[in-house]
Amino acid sequence: MPLLELEDVDARYGAVQALHGISLDVDERQVVSVLGANGAGKTTTLRAISGTVRRSGGLRFDGKALPRSPEAVARLGIAHVPEGRGTFAELSVDENLRLGAYVRRDRSGYASDYEALLKHFPWLAERRDQQAGTLSGGEQQMLALARAFMARPRLILVDEPSLGLAPLIVKQLFDVLRAWIDEHGMSALVVEQNANVALEHSERGYVLEVGRVAVEGTADELRGNESVRKSYLGY
Amino acid sequence: MTAFRYALRALGFALFVAIVVFLPFRLSDFRASEFALIGIYFIAILGLNVLTGYTGVISLGHGAFMALGAYTTAILVTDHGMRDIWTIPLAGLLAAAAGAAFGLPALRLSGPYLALATFGVAVATPIVIKKFDGLTGGSGGINLFEADGITGLPEFLVTLPGGKVLSFNDWLYYLTWTIALVLFAVAWAIHHSRFGRSLRAIRDNEIAASASGVWLASHKTLAFSISAFYAGVAGSLLAISAFSVQPGAFPVERSIALLVGLAVGGLGSLAPLAAGAAFLVFLPQWAQDISKAPGVPAVIYGAVLIVLMIVLPMGVGGLLRRITGPLTSRLYPRS
Amino acid sequence: MADVLQQVVSGIASGGVYALLALAIVLIYRSTGVVNFAQGEMAMFSTFICWELLDRGLPYWVAFFLTLAISFVGGVLIERLLIQTVSRSQAITVVTVTIGLLILLNGAAAWIWKGEQRTLESPFPSDTFDVGGVVIAAQDLGIIAVSLALVLVLWAFFQRTRVGLALRAAALNPESSRLHGVRVSRMLALGWGLAAVLGAVAGILVAPTQGSFDQNLMLPVLIFAFAAAVLGGLDSPLGAVVGGVVLGVVLNLVGAYVDFFADLRLPAALFLILGILLLRPNGLFGRSVVKRV
Repeated sequence: MPLLELEDVDARYGAVQALHGISLDVDERQVVSVLGANGAGKTTTLRAISGTVRRSGGLRFDGKALPRSPEAVARLGIAHVPEGRGTFAELSVDENLRLGAYVRRDRSGYASDYEALLKHFPWLAERRDQQAGTLSGGEQQMLALARAFMARPRLILVDEPSLGLAPLIVKQLFDVLRAWIDEHGMSALVVEQNANVALEHSERGYVLEVGRVAVEGTADELRGNESVRKSYLGY
Repeated sequence: MTAFRYALRALGFALFVAIVVFLPFRLSDFRASEFALIGIYFIAILGLNVLTGYTGVISLGHGAFMALGAYTTAILVTDHGMRDIWTIPLAGLLAAAAGAAFGLPALRLSGPYLALATFGVAVATPIVIKKFDGLTGGSGGINLFEADGITGLPEFLVTLPGGKVLSFNDWLYYLTWTIALVLFAVAWAIHHSRFGRSLRAIRDNEIAASASGVWLASHKTLAFSISAFYAGVAGSLLAISAFSVQPGAFPVERSIALLVGLAVGGLGSLAPLAAGAAFLVFLPQWAQDISKAPGVPAVIYGAVLIVLMIVLPMGVGGLLRRITGPLTSRLYPRS
Repeated sequence: MADVLQQVVSGIASGGVYALLALAIVLIYRSTGVVNFAQGEMAMFSTFICWELLDRGLPYWVAFFLTLAISFVGGVLIERLLIQTVSRSQAITVVTVTIGLLILLNGAAAWIWKGEQRTLESPFPSDTFDVGGVVIAAQDLGIIAVSLALVLVLWAFFQRTRVGLALRAAALNPESSRLHGVRVSRMLALGWGLAAVLGAVAGILVAPTQGSFDQNLMLPVLIFAFAAAVLGGLDSPLGAVVGGVVLGVVLNLVGAYVDFFADLRLPAALFLILGILLLRPNGLFGRSVVKRV
């Protein structure tokens, strides 16, 4: 049984319908990419899962229906790293991380997870008390990812992690994501405009067009698909 | 706007005027003075709407401008023997000047800071009035009873065609509402002018408006000044109708009442603001009629106000817009 | 000199009361973006509740803490029932609701307690201490101590506890907070509850110093509290405390030593604050919000 299952999901912003019958799933320990042009509905798909947009249809996590409110979804073990990163600019780096761990019941696990985190983001230790808003774009993105990790989620939703970042940083981010998944048994649904990078680090992917799933398959299948290559991979 | 809509509005306005003109014929003398007071509040609220409805600036201090207008009239009539009606525009202009003087520096403050600054001015007003007793007559205030310049006294009783004898309260009523209708027309003109559109642009998105060339400071100050003018005129009329001014007539409650009247009438509306003014005059009385036990009228007033804001967050004007919207597709733009 | 110090100490005490109410105002403004004009009347109502409990024979500190508990619940209810309902409306509507609440609470207090003057006992002895020529009232020391203790407890709550962090986060970035599992609407209600408690303490501390009190107890205090909050910065708790204390001291000194300003204390203070705002439009410690288009 897939960890996350979307079946025929619609979503709307007021009167405008953004998703038309989206179906996708994510298995355990899997990274799945969601690709597509601007406005295709990629961000909306993540929002539909986390409950930050009105949606209808079948959304199941671990076989059970997803609740409506973002808070409840977060408590189920789904962490959403939104567009714009959601940094708490006025709080310190340390406070940002503690906030990430808010949903956890095991306060003691926080310390060991923090240690694990430092292996991937060693700079976090020095910047503990720094105001998060003063970090660079790349650092804030990594902090956003770190915040999500601290929640020990079973599924992490990442929205455009590469946006505005240098290629080297992007590679670092995806490496960390992959490493954490392998170490801690997480799954990830990654929305990306940079299809190359995304497919490189995913097992499977979906290509969205105008709120619908246009193509789906494994990363290899997508890379082999001629129209996908021409439209999204650039070759 | 289409000719049809113009005609509809002209008709509405004519109806409004007709009601205003003929109402005293149906009202008792006391009621006429009440409706005069409604007219006074209507003027003040119309002015406050130019500020808050269009620029979004919340002021809790316009009672101070009313006080300024009132005292201007009182002093000019008693110390300088001026006729009361000529003091009205002067009171307005003085208040407008004060509004500009206050507005220019104050409008650099953002929303809540500005609101609280104006609140501070309202609080300080009665105290300052009392302190400068040489000019203002201190706590005793100024009395206009003996002054020569009061128009409309029984000596001037006029009999209108139709047999109605004009009492002083009737005179007050017509004076107030004539001015109110004129200022209403001015407010309407402002609304449809380029100036009005610029103001609304500021309210909706200050940064974008500024980027499009709307000079924020001068527009906001002018709006503040205009609203102060209206308040000054209202205050002047208040002095004339009450025959006196004292610091006790301008407590903080007066300024707050103007904002309440605006909220009830409906921000961004014009004619429905009269409903807000009526609320201010009638509701306290109605509450008192229900019970005179200490505190109960206030409980009723407060409760009604809260419920009204929950049910009609856009005021009476908002309600009217919702009802007539489908019929005439928006007489007034949505605030 | 001793005289001045005396004025300073009693100024700090009255400033402490302003600081508590200002802190309540700032707490609510920061978390819900609302300027709560009814804050003073909520505090007044709590003070009356304390009086009522004491009148029925409860020991002082039992009545005190019970009042705080009741005030907390009251604050939560007001936020849930009134403020949440109009939270999406325009500013003027929300302001008018708090004004309506102000009027209603004042009337309710006058109605329930018949508008008569009541006296609230003080938990502090009425002794005075002579410290090197400076006469200090135990009452003032007590007020300073309680205010300080409350501010410290609140600070610890916000800076060192999980819920405190969540509340701060909810105020700063509600959307992101939700994604982290923070129940934002509960946090807002919590904020109002805490603010109500702050106000209650302010009222209970100030009532005995007036001799007797009625439903108009907190109106002047509210004005000074607003002044303090604006002075310190509406989104700065530190500013509220500093603003309150500074205001208390300055008012005392001005009132005692500058004759012309004796009955102009309030306008003078307001004028001063307006002047400061011209230089620092967001108060001494406030942040200017960078707006993105």
